[in-house]
Amino acid sequence: MSKSYYQPEDLKKFPQITEFSEKLGNKFFDYYSEVFAEGALTAREKSLIALAVAHAVQCAYCIDAYTTDTLEKGCNEQQMMEAVHVAAAIRGGSTLVHSVQMMNKAKEISM
Amino acid sequence: MKNLKSLVSRGSELVHGATQLTHLGQATERLRGLPRFTEKLKSSSLSPFKPLQLEIFQINLGKMCNQTCRHCHVDAGPDRREIMTRETMQLCLDVLQNLPVKTVDLTGGAPEMNPNFRWFVEEITRQGKTVIDRCNLTILLAHEKYRDLPEFFARHRVKVVSSLPYYQKGFTDRQRGDGVFERSIRALKMLNEVGYGKEGTSLELDLVFNPNGAFLPAAQASLQNDFKRELKQLFDIEFNQLYAITNMPISRFLEYLVTSGNLEAYMEKLVQSYNPAAAPGVMCRNTLSISWDGKIFDCDFNQMLDLAVGCAKSRHLSQFNLAELSEREIQVDQHCFGCTAGSGSSCGGTLT
Ligand code: SF4
Ligand code: SF4
Repeated sequence: MSKSYYQPEDLKKFPQITEFSEKLGNKFFDYYSEVFAEGALTAREKSLIALAVAHAVQCAYCIDAYTTDTLEKGCNEQQMMEAVHVAAAIRGGSTLVHSVQMMNKAKEISM
Repeated sequence: MKNLKSLVSRGSELVHGATQLTHLGQATERLRGLPRFTEKLKSSSLSPFKPLQLEIFQINLGKMCNQTCRHCHVDAGPDRREIMTRETMQLCLDVLQNLPVKTVDLTGGAPEMNPNFRWFVEEITRQGKTVIDRCNLTILLAHEKYRDLPEFFARHRVKVVSSLPYYQKGFTDRQRGDGVFERSIRALKMLNEVGYGKEGTSLELDLVFNPNGAFLPAAQASLQNDFKRELKQLFDIEFNQLYAITNMPISRFLEYLVTSGNLEAYMEKLVQSYNPAAAPGVMCRNTLSISWDGKIFDCDFNQMLDLAVGCAKSRHLSQFNLAELSEREIQVDQHCFGCTAGSGSSCGGTLT
């Protein structure tokens, strides 16, 4: 076993998760590839969404994979960073919008 | 990008084709473990790998260039002096006279820097053949003597194919040198002004996109849409087609891969992305490539790797023999994965 939880080589082993549960793994990968196929959204739009979500969930593997993928979809660095800012804004916003609940509660129990 | 010098002038070991091929195939455990291109051809029923009908004659007029791009597969630059002589050009013309090819593709270096460039173009068009000029754009502004090239091209209905790695400055200048983007835009405007890329003129101006690093190009059609929209909106520039090409892991791009630590991952990517549908259409099957000193090669990449054509009786223009060459086996090695990855890649863009 390696000394670190995250190994860049492990990303390539993602398809091997079928080893422990073939049926569920295959179902997931079928679903995954269909999700990312060109549809009502372009493959590039989907890749940028994935890049943003990868940052929101802070998945090092997904950031690695979707940085390459967005570049391979012809995106530029500004577009990529704007996508990450969208994720950051939603995360920040979702923290801050809960402050309404804090304010409500504070007002409820305060004179 | 800081000023770069050619591999040759820096005395790099990568100037030798054989060293490059050893790097690609043998340098590390991971690279040694990758499938061989020859095996892939076998599995695609393309072995032995033979040419089809010859359609394009690609002539490399020399390694001299006004730029020194980081990814250059020719290792071209202002410090390179190898250029085709008029005598060798005459040999090309003599061979071409009897060939059924309709297209002559001129490349370099910057082919226009060859002092006999215009004479050569005129002589080729006199034979009724179409000339493609692989123009790096900035050459049009490099010196007073090149300013009228757009009119010259138009007069001889030369098809102009130009590299522009992106519709923005950042990617372009990091790959091709500081200020290249701005000068390329000015050059594109000069070409548009004489009618190139404009509807109804039939003066064709095509652009070549290549990725700005160790990754594969995006889908050609979607990139073409982006480039058309952005270049029109930002600079009022028009062009005909965009070709998306893959960076070949040789010469200066190989050096970049090695020094940036991307070689193994890039080769794995190329190998994994092998597309059996792209393999039958790779350009060595309908093209012959001629070097500045008149030697014959399967393609411009093999030329730069010094991979002699597999036809001992016809290795130089002075002994050109189409019948013999048609029977040859194409010389392939691990760099060939650059032509078959993803949608495939050639001088005319994607293959599938
Ligand atoms: S890529 Fe083209 S323009 Fe750039 S150095 Fe090489 S030959 Fe010159
Ligand atoms: S590198 Fe040359 S020989 Fe190899 S597949 Fe490409 S065109 Fe053919």
